[in-house]
Amino acid sequence: MTHTPPFRLPAGGRRIDRAWQVPFRFDGRHLRGLTGDTIASALLANGQMLMGRSFKYHRPRGPMASGSEEPNALLGLGQGGRFEPNQRATTTPLTHGMITRSQNCWPSLEADIGAINNWLSPVFPAGFYYKTFIHPRPFWKHVFEPIIRRSAGLGRAPTDPDPDRYEQAYAFADTVVVGGGIAGLTAAREAADAGGTVLVLEQDGHWGGRTPTDHDGGQAAIDAALADLRGRKGVTLRRNTMATGLYDHGYLIARESLADHDPNQGIPRQRLWRIRAGRVIAATGALERPLSFACNDVPGVMLASAVRDFIADFGVAPGRRIVVVTNNDDAYRTALTAHAAGLEVPAIIDARPLADGALPQAARDAGITVLTGTAIAKVKGAKHVEGVVLCSHQGDGRPTQTIDCDVVAMSGGWSPVVHLYSHCGGKLIWDEGQSMFRPDPDRPPLGADGQGNVTVAGAANGDLRCAGDLEHPEAPTMPVWVMPARAPYTLRAKMWLDFQNDVKVTDVELAAQEGYASVEHTKRYTTLGMATDQGKLSNINGLAVLSNALNQPIQATGTTTFRPPYTPLTLATIAAEAKDDAFQPLRKTPIHAWHETHGASWEPVGHWRRPYAYPRAGEDRHTAVHREILAVRAGVGTLDASTLGKIIVKGPDAGRFLDMLYTNMMSTLPVGKCRYGLMCNENGFLMDDGVVARLSDDTWLCHTTTGGADRIHGHMEDWLQCEWWDWKVYTANLTEQFAQIAVAGPKARDVLERLSGTIDLSAEALPFMQWAEGELAGIPARVFRISFSGELSYEIAVPANRGLELWEALHLAGADLGITPYGTEAMHVMRAEKGFIMIGDETDGTIIPQDLGLDWAISKKKADYIGKRAQRRSHMTDGTRWKLVGLESLSDKVIPDGAYAVAEGVNGNGQRKTQGRVTSSYHSPTLGKPIAMGLVRHGPSRMGQVLDFPMPDGTVMQARIVDPVFYDKEGSRQNG
Amino acid sequence: MAEALATITRVAGLGMITLRADLDRAGDALAEAAGLAIPDTTGATTDGSRTLAWMSPDELLLILPQAELAQALDDLTQALMGEHGLVADVSDARAVFDVIGAGAADVVAKLAPVDAAAMPQGHLRRTRMAQTAAAIWRVDGGFRVIGFRSTADYLALILTNAAIPGSGLAPR
Repeated sequence: MTHTPPFRLPAGGRRIDRAWQVPFRFDGRHLRGLTGDTIASALLANGQMLMGRSFKYHRPRGPMASGSEEPNALLGLGQGGRFEPNQRATTTPLTHGMITRSQNCWPSLEADIGAINNWLSPVFPAGFYYKTFIHPRPFWKHVFEPIIRRSAGLGRAPTDPDPDRYEQAYAFADTVVVGGGIAGLTAAREAADAGGTVLVLEQDGHWGGRTPTDHDGGQAAIDAALADLRGRKGVTLRRNTMATGLYDHGYLIARESLADHDPNQGIPRQRLWRIRAGRVIAATGALERPLSFACNDVPGVMLASAVRDFIADFGVAPGRRIVVVTNNDDAYRTALTAHAAGLEVPAIIDARPLADGALPQAARDAGITVLTGTAIAKVKGAKHVEGVVLCSHQGDGRPTQTIDCDVVAMSGGWSPVVHLYSHCGGKLIWDEGQSMFRPDPDRPPLGADGQGNVTVAGAANGDLRCAGDLEHPEAPTMPVWVMPARAPYTLRAKMWLDFQNDVKVTDVELAAQEGYASVEHTKRYTTLGMATDQGKLSNINGLAVLSNALNQPIQATGTTTFRPPYTPLTLATIAAEAKDDAFQPLRKTPIHAWHETHGASWEPVGHWRRPYAYPRAGEDRHTAVHREILAVRAGVGTLDASTLGKIIVKGPDAGRFLDMLYTNMMSTLPVGKCRYGLMCNENGFLMDDGVVARLSDDTWLCHTTTGGADRIHGHMEDWLQCEWWDWKVYTANLTEQFAQIAVAGPKARDVLERLSGTIDLSAEALPFMQWAEGELAGIPARVFRISFSGELSYEIAVPANRGLELWEALHLAGADLGITPYGTEAMHVMRAEKGFIMIGDETDGTIIPQDLGLDWAISKKKADYIGKRAQRRSHMTDGTRWKLVGLESLSDKVIPDGAYAVAEGVNGNGQRKTQGRVTSSYHSPTLGKPIAMGLVRHGPSRMGQVLDFPMPDGTVMQARIVDPVFYDKEGSRQNG
Repeated sequence: MAEALATITRVAGLGMITLRADLDRAGDALAEAAGLAIPDTTGATTDGSRTLAWMSPDELLLILPQAELAQALDDLTQALMGEHGLVADVSDARAVFDVIGAGAADVVAKLAPVDAAAMPQGHLRRTRMAQTAAAIWRVDGGFRVIGFRSTADYLALILTNAAIPGSGLAPR
């Protein structure tokens, strides 16, 4: 039987507007749909039943469902940055000019070369990959995996940036009802009556779920419920919003579609809702199950509910001659709907021995043949249904008759949508009478108070006839997991369970035979339910087949885990506002704009951007760094040090507190002086360093590294709040209150003295490691005589709002002295020339101060400090720990940072033994040669020895162990 | 084109002082120096010009016109004389924005995990806006937001993005 037009019915279609045509493209063809169509209904209206190819065997596939459970009709939408793979044709509204294309097929959907896998299907059993690609071992990584990866996935990932805007929002409600069908709206009214705010979420653009389609008077009942709810304060009704996941403490994630239909209107395309729900009522309905009969995947075999949705909702005839096959009364509605629409229904095939309820009777009254105790032995047709071969359901498939048809509408019963209930721990029970898993009311997901915080309403709770007065009695569903009941292997090998991943009844049976008793293992072995539809149609049928094969009740087999999201979320929606310039906060110092206009080449330091160097025209970064260093060493330069952490520590116990935090003594530091300090964690490892200044009798200012500011403040508060809560100490993180500028170089004092001010900057009044307060260039300032460059150096802190003013004043005053802004790299090189360590270079979380020769900064007098005990462990005092030395390359080449020095012999893994590594390595323009620092076993006692550093290219670089201080060992320059 | 949900304006000229002390002991003196009652937990007191906000069990934030800053620093320091406490000028560490308009609560709800629409007057919420720390409270016609000065540009950008015309949270 051939598929013939017209496909759009002359009447009907509650969702479409026949006055408005919508042009669109499918695989390059220009087609027309109607306003209100989904892509699937529009394609069907154009006679396009074939919509995709299955993943494994590339079998031709048409739509099976009409909603979010659709496994087959997945298309690529849009183009360029707006291309989206794997979009469900059954839930995506058709929009003007939409460009759609089929997936997983080449060269075309009609003639797909990959379909050769279909002919090879006997050699692709369950576990094929595991069995085939395990030997020889090295082949997996180098041969099999790359090929399999290339053939994996259905749609292709987009390659261009997504041009659309997305956002997220937080919402709070006492009750959130998920599902806007009759059960959800009824539950919402009850919740509103009980008081509190109520939020109702409906995934679809239309309210009512199945009720308007399935029941006379259904639409009116929905309209009345909506009118009632809209009149209530505290009730919010939100449609086009899919609740995708429920997490602990009533945290519900939902996606609202705002402008999917028109991304160019400038508003966010989708919105991610993060909802705090006092309680959740899941009124998520039920999904119809397919029946497992041979060739149940041929395009034209559809769920009975989908067939009637296409007819009733979209006025589309999926076919002209529709055979219904069922194990329940509900599917008779499809026959009646089709019949009423003027389509032929040659027979209803009912596996049950009897069908005498109201709906079967209505079908018989309409003149439709009902064949009970009957089954489909096989579907005829390849790319489209051509007919069905019937047999006795209790038999082994011996044909009794053949009926020509172009659509098979099947119903294997209904499964409640229990996903939300299950996402955070709700348990299910097998309802033998209704052949379904439904929520166990005694084992709900629990809220913070230990009480259940999710209830379930309507079909989601197993109450399939929840439309109240609209319902008629229905006879029970008969469980049918394989059709016919005693189907032989040849038929079972053609019964599809998972239509997207091509898992068949025989695959699950084989898994059971091979010892896969757990449903979770069977899932992964066969890939049942692992496709993008997450097994919405396949799971229950699959585990029923598994239970049969294992000869155990379905309850004993159980279900696989239901995990969010219920339907896929695009990454853009999850990222929401965090894209482009708002991807991450960019922290800017008060002088940032100046750096920008002066050509700074940036270095990311945490969320900050700091100038790495200021390349001039014709300079690369390397050249600029050298120029900056020489300018500082010979004259004067400025560094924006505003990012350094600045934490005030104040109180009667502040000195005692800092003595615990730092390895050296801070309580004895006189007011007006500065001291370099090291901070370790409880394990003794060096975590931060910086200069501490004593501001007054009870107040200290602790400078931290840029990256350490927030962390060290948190560390301080942790100890103060959790351990030493009775110590009288307050801290305040004032990092951003001040701009801080380092003025370094032999002419630094000359520049500062040119600024008007009240501070005596002379060597006598303000010697090295002291600070003074006053005015500088008319700005209140604190001047610290500290040096990280080894030069005469001042660090000047001023209120952040005046930082730029000071910076510009300095550059004006020092212009004739060649004052030069320098960046972080010049700072790094200069500190390495001086042998100063850098947190993160010389330390990596496993280094103690003693490794770095910093014993001088560790108090021997103090009874305790954080890390002291750990530093006494045998491993920490082991004389073979690698220690800090300088390394002088024997050639004029810089040894790469991180290079290892090798020792004699090999270790247990056959790798060359090592005895040290490079931690910092630069070309020093000051000394005109490469310099490096590193950690070497027994390093300090091996001065003059030469180490070998093998390079990846097979060559060996050599370096001599030297003192780590390469420049101005006496410190006369910084003390000057 | 519809209008933005709210106008986003950077506010200049505010002084801010962080206060830390045992409020049971020093509360009265601080209240007198600040000219405002000590707020309850998570609360804020205001006279229209100055606002005194609860930040933690032993921390307050006084927000006041910049011109009154120096005097207030002196007064508060005096008030804590002999008491263990800390007074710190944090005016320059902050960036302040006003979010004013009919959709101001929607803008806040898109960025901060708080029930913005239900937030009462006289309440200051320490929270975050997207990825940066913030504190927010109600002012006439909308909300005032304080964040850190280093992320001021980011804060302005996300507030402006959240307020784009046509993006209100009312169900459509």
